[in-house]
Amino acid sequence: MTRTITLAAGGHTNAVSLTVFLLLFAAVTVIGFFAARWRRAPDALHLDEWGLGGRSFGTVVSWFLLGGDLYTAYTFIAVPALIYGVGAAGFYAVPYTIIAWPLVFLFLPRLWSVARSHGYVTLADFARGRYGSRSLALAVALTGILATMPYIALQLVGIQAVLDTMHIGGSSGLAKDLPLLIAFAVLAAYTYSSGLRAPALIAFVKDILVYIVVIVAVIYIPIRLGGYGSVFHEAATALAKTSPATGKPRGSLLPGPSAQWSYATLALGSAMALFMYPHSATGVLAAKDRNTVRRNLAILPAYSLMLGLLSLLGFMAIAAGVGKGVTGYNAQLAVPQLFQQMFPSWFAGVAFAAIGIGALVPAAIMSIAAANLFTRNIYREFFRPDATQAQQTKVAKVVSLLVKLGALGFVLGIDKSFSINLQLLGGIWILQIFPAVVSGLFSRWFHHWALLAGWAAGMAYGTVTAYGVAAAGKPHSHFGGSAANIPVIGRIGYIGVTAFVLNLAIAVVLTLVLRAVKAPAGPDETVPGDYTEELTPAPVAAEPVAPLVL
Amino acid sequence: MADTAQTTPPPEPPPSPQPLPVVTPTRVACGLLLAAPLVALLWVNSYARQTPSFIGIPFFYWYQLLWVIVSALLTGAAYLLIRREETRRGRVARGAGR
Repeated sequence: MTRTITLAAGGHTNAVSLTVFLLLFAAVTVIGFFAARWRRAPDALHLDEWGLGGRSFGTVVSWFLLGGDLYTAYTFIAVPALIYGVGAAGFYAVPYTIIAWPLVFLFLPRLWSVARSHGYVTLADFARGRYGSRSLALAVALTGILATMPYIALQLVGIQAVLDTMHIGGSSGLAKDLPLLIAFAVLAAYTYSSGLRAPALIAFVKDILVYIVVIVAVIYIPIRLGGYGSVFHEAATALAKTSPATGKPRGSLLPGPSAQWSYATLALGSAMALFMYPHSATGVLAAKDRNTVRRNLAILPAYSLMLGLLSLLGFMAIAAGVGKGVTGYNAQLAVPQLFQQMFPSWFAGVAFAAIGIGALVPAAIMSIAAANLFTRNIYREFFRPDATQAQQTKVAKVVSLLVKLGALGFVLGIDKSFSINLQLLGGIWILQIFPAVVSGLFSRWFHHWALLAGWAAGMAYGTVTAYGVAAAGKPHSHFGGSAANIPVIGRIGYIGVTAFVLNLAIAVVLTLVLRAVKAPAGPDETVPGDYTEELTPAPVAAEPVAPLVL
Repeated sequence: MADTAQTTPPPEPPPSPQPLPVVTPTRVACGLLLAAPLVALLWVNSYARQTPSFIGIPFFYWYQLLWVIVSALLTGAAYLLIRREETRRGRVARGAGR
């Protein structure tokens, strides 16, 4: 489908773009493999080394690393695609990232401190230590791994969009998916060998490329299109037209009264979910000290501005006539095709590389984080408590591959009219660990059984409701969107927030009941001082240093 | 987890003669600085407007982009305030330890 459309839109493989793209891609691949040697510690087989880069990243590296995993194919492909498709409703990503910073400013330094005091690497470690509950820790770990998969899937869709625009690959069957599989293999290989150091180092290259492309795009393209006034005018006209699939206007430039609840809840829910993901927790825990964490949060809004400007590319694609008159047009192609149409071939190649690498880096970080989670909180906790650090690292590497395969399953199995739904689906799940993690950072009031029950209810409600949402114009599809009617209030809102409120309500009520019947609380290994700890030496591994074989 | 618990030294209780209270003016100020973007942006109806537009960008869009900068400044201010107070807290705790 996509193939014939892009061909109809008048393109064939551009040799210059492709060459530039491949050169840049080859360069980062080399960096990725060499990263294993960067700042290498003597004990390279320790899980902290592979999974947290030795916990030694200062402000600059963690800034790139955090930005590298927060601004992803979500930013370049998914958000602009949604704006291209429906207009204002997609702009919620901007308030989302703005709200996220003050929100996490409150609890992230505490999380960093307690993690450093006790050697926690994952949120599940924290749940285990704070509540003394293996089952709650298992719930946190499983949720993290599950929610990461659709997010990685979104990255793969982003890479696919770029490769599609360049017309790499054949027209059907295996040949069509070949470029995706190649990119997948490259990603898997360097993550496997270099761990977190690879994406941290590549993130430098990626961010420099991204900033160049963004600055050029937001200045040059509007000038070519006759200024922002004309861009928004054209977009308003195009969005007002009736969509044949739904019989309603395609979208609008402003969110109407009925759309405002979903706008606000999508922004709030996404912001709350952001630092619950295993990969963003990893980015924070890899920081050297507490103030690095805070300092980064205060300067990260530069990324938010970039996200906002990039999202406007969706309107520019409409104004430039990208995909105009093509039925069943894949909105994910809007930005890459806009670049192809507007930029000279060589710079289009740079832009494609920026998007492609921009998807690869976070995909690597995400799979490493999910692998850490599995190894520490499932493998070591339930299967091999006496596993050596070398064994753990080995398991983590294998799991990082399996998680990526799971992501591939999401790519193939879910409606991709708007790839942003993959991220939002992950958000519905990951939000359900928010009550346990965040309340735990401030108090032990909640009972772990109550938190577990709330989590289960939130997961069940969220999954069932999301399953029941059909994609626009496809009445019998499932997981087609992330907003549904909020019971009681009767508005359309983000399912993740509704499920979170249900989760919290159940946790509160059950805690009151359990406290009334004096149910035993698990042991708490943390003390108040742990949450404000500034600098403690990281716990040293007891195992003998293994020889270096990678 | 047991091994980690053992390697962690038993933390000293903070026996400071005059510990800072949990709620201080600085913390209240920080709370307000951090809450402002939240309230402003979740109240969608307050900015779902076309005009006044700025270089052709409808109000709805440039207003939210402006909040990126405002929010960065507010968060930055909160960081400086809290850091100053944490230094003081640290000094009080250390002073008490001796």
